[in-house]
Amino acid sequence: MQQLLLDIVKPALEVIKPTLEYISRIIVPMLQGTVVTLELFFITIVFSIPLGVLLALARISRYGFLRDVVGGYIWLLRGTPLLLQVFFVYYGLPNFGITLENFPAACIAFVLNYAAYFAEIFRAGIQSIDKGQYEGAKVLGFTYWQTMWRIILPQTVRRVLPPVCNEAITLVKDTALVYAIGLGELLRATKIAVSRDAVTSPFVVAAVFYLVMTYVLTKAFDQLERRYSIYE
Amino acid sequence: MYMIEAKNVYKSFGDLQVLKGISLKVEKGEVVAVIGPSGSGKSTLLRCLIHLEVIDRGSIIIQGQPMAYEDEKGKTEYVPDKQIRQICKKLGMVFQNFNLFPHKTVLENIIEAPIVVNKVPKKEAIDTAEALLKRVGLIDKKDSYPSQLSGGQKQRVAIARALAMKPDIMLFDEPTSALDPELTGEVLKVMRDLAEDRMTMVVVTHEMGFAREVADRIIFMDGGEIIEEGLPEEIFCNPRSDRTRDFLKQVL
Repeated sequence: MQQLLLDIVKPALEVIKPTLEYISRIIVPMLQGTVVTLELFFITIVFSIPLGVLLALARISRYGFLRDVVGGYIWLLRGTPLLLQVFFVYYGLPNFGITLENFPAACIAFVLNYAAYFAEIFRAGIQSIDKGQYEGAKVLGFTYWQTMWRIILPQTVRRVLPPVCNEAITLVKDTALVYAIGLGELLRATKIAVSRDAVTSPFVVAAVFYLVMTYVLTKAFDQLERRYSIYE
Repeated sequence: MYMIEAKNVYKSFGDLQVLKGISLKVEKGEVVAVIGPSGSGKSTLLRCLIHLEVIDRGSIIIQGQPMAYEDEKGKTEYVPDKQIRQICKKLGMVFQNFNLFPHKTVLENIIEAPIVVNKVPKKEAIDTAEALLKRVGLIDKKDSYPSQLSGGQKQRVAIARALAMKPDIMLFDEPTSALDPELTGEVLKVMRDLAEDRMTMVVVTHEMGFAREVADRIIFMDGGEIIEEGLPEEIFCNPRSDRTRDFLKQVL
């Protein structure tokens, strides 16, 4: 039995050995690319979520002017391609005297774009909270902001986790766009290997990298959802 | 000085006139039950008293402090928001649907407002909350979430939460209407205890037995007006108005 297994496994290993060796050679630059991908991912998440909360609050404020301005902002940022926005910040802003390196340019475009999406998710979440919660808080003497901060927003978190997870997964893959402004992220590292060595296996490796990242993200959000569901 | 003094209050929602010139005075320690068919404006009246609704005309004075008043031209004006909040602090309210905060435990529900609004030290707020929970018989539930409680328990927590702000007047908006019949008793008992402690209370209710037994005065409303008011035995045994008589015939 053992002998039989060895007879099968050994030649199989011989066949894929060159592939494994090749992958071990390209893995370092691909991991370096992944670091850039993750940097862009985390910077975007950390800044776009708070900005999204502020935009959502402005979107439901009692000041019509503020609502309209933010509505226009969301329309603009959701209505044009993210890649176009990246190009605009990187190639367009120098015309206005603002010249940025490609990484900060990518971060700014991503944060502004994702904040617009998050704003709409949070707005829907806030508005899904029962009117009775506002009344319950009001008769206890809470101000509007105390009500928002202590009663409404904490309940919103639980409800927006699934759509926020969706956005985060999209974001992992959207980071590949910055390849277009020459940023050395995962896809660019992959493409360099593919062009140089005339093989396609790096694409498969890149796919595995993206899958691992989105898997970890999904699991993390599952955990969060579980933690926030204790009261329901 | 009256605890509540509402004069000639009018309130419409769009074309629908819900309150048509309501006047109401409540004395200290008095328990007033407001009864009447649904859509008669009972709940709206209560909501106007605690500024959940803004009145169109008339005036509202709470413990001598005007919240809404009529200016020289007869136009109703409210005092500034900060003052309204100060005045409404004297009022506690219990809702039909409890409106507990689902993301907070029973204890957190009760201490939240005293700590945030009244700046009471946390330790003191917890002591008060635990005393109140004992009073409503739910001290063993202090770490539960509202979703783990029955309707009657939720409503008792809601009463404790309102009392934690040490109000002088308690408003009850159909506190037992969302409960299963076998759970109304535990809530009514807590309210009866409050009445015995001479808490000033205005109770909108469909519980005629409770109104009759606990209230000092009954107000019968229909079509946005007060049709009749008086002692429980007057209203229940010897109503003057046909509308009161018809209503009582239906519910008793």
